Amino acid sequence: MHELSITENILHIACKHAEQAQAKQVTDIYLVIGQLSSIIDDSVQFYWDIISKESLCEQSKLHFRRIPAELCCLDCTNTYILENDLIPCPACNSTNVKVLRGNEFHLESIDITK
Amino acid sequence: MTERIKIVENILNANDHIALNNTKRLDEKGIYSINLMASPGAGKTSFIITTIQALPQEMRLGVIEGDTASVTIDSDKINSAGMPAVQVNTGGQCHLDAVMVENALDQLPLNDLDLLIIENVGNLICPAAFKLGTHASVLIASTPEGDDKPYKYPNIYRGLDVLIINKIDLLPYLDFNIDYFKQGVEMLNPGLITFEVSSKTGEGIQAWLAWLLEQVENHYAHK
Repeated sequence: MHELSITENILHIACKHAEQAQAKQVTDIYLVIGQLSSIIDDSVQFYWDIISKESLCEQSKLHFRRIPAELCCLDCTNTYILENDLIPCPACNSTNVKVLRGNEFHLESIDITK
Repeated sequence: MTERIKIVENILNANDHIALNNTKRLDEKGIYSINLMASPGAGKTSFIITTIQALPQEMRLGVIEGDTASVTIDSDKINSAGMPAVQVNTGGQCHLDAVMVENALDQLPLNDLDLLIIENVGNLICPAAFKLGTHASVLIASTPEGDDKPYKYPNIYRGLDVLIINKIDLLPYLDFNIDYFKQGVEMLNPGLITFEVSSKTGEGIQAWLAWLLEQVENHYAHK
């Protein structure tokens, strides 16, 4: 349910950079979201269509690049991707693991017209 | 002509920035603060009341109450002890954010506080994403919720400084495998400070309190 707050932040950042670049319109927004970030794409898109109206970002398209959650086993150095829930190392069953990626949560770039 | 502009900005940058300001404000006043998170029904409110009652008399405590419902803390109890509480109306939002805390700080007598407890909205997903600017993030997990929670909600466990396992007195009656639970926590947050408590029987509360008082004292010493 925090997707609304998230979407407002995306709009704020995109508009700020679009204004700085003296854009006429923003056409595309590229987001990088790690799997561990608990964000639902459809929900962000739903809010986006509502709150971006009458802004530089009206009718712009959101692109989500999902980064899978990748873990590294510190005992056997095996790396593995989480499909769903958290699991111990599939190779040696160790719980001595480290998250390598999957936390990403940023706005990477925007496409604008001038 | 379309032009691509590279940005690479954290989506919650604005929130994090305000959170940092909150920390500065609290540090200037020597106030130690905790962000208390939990799922609904984990026993947040009774844990806070148990903590308040066990605190030394001279400890000056403020509470920011961020539940979506009306005041869940017995505000009479806090007020009778001369402790200020601010109710933040999240307007149905599932989490507190740094701006709400900033506004709540304006309503608290910051010159007269040693410790600030922020009771976040009962939820294991959204509060994990929003920094408030507190010095410690504390999660109350309770045994009836089940031992699979770290596996289902990894994000909230990753950012924690302290874990409270509440309702430990119910262990004999539940299929809660505490080793399995702790294994999940260990994967996400190795060496996490953990207290097993029961707000009902008082078990483990002294150990938690000793930790909390030490933090408050250390923090004040570094003011």
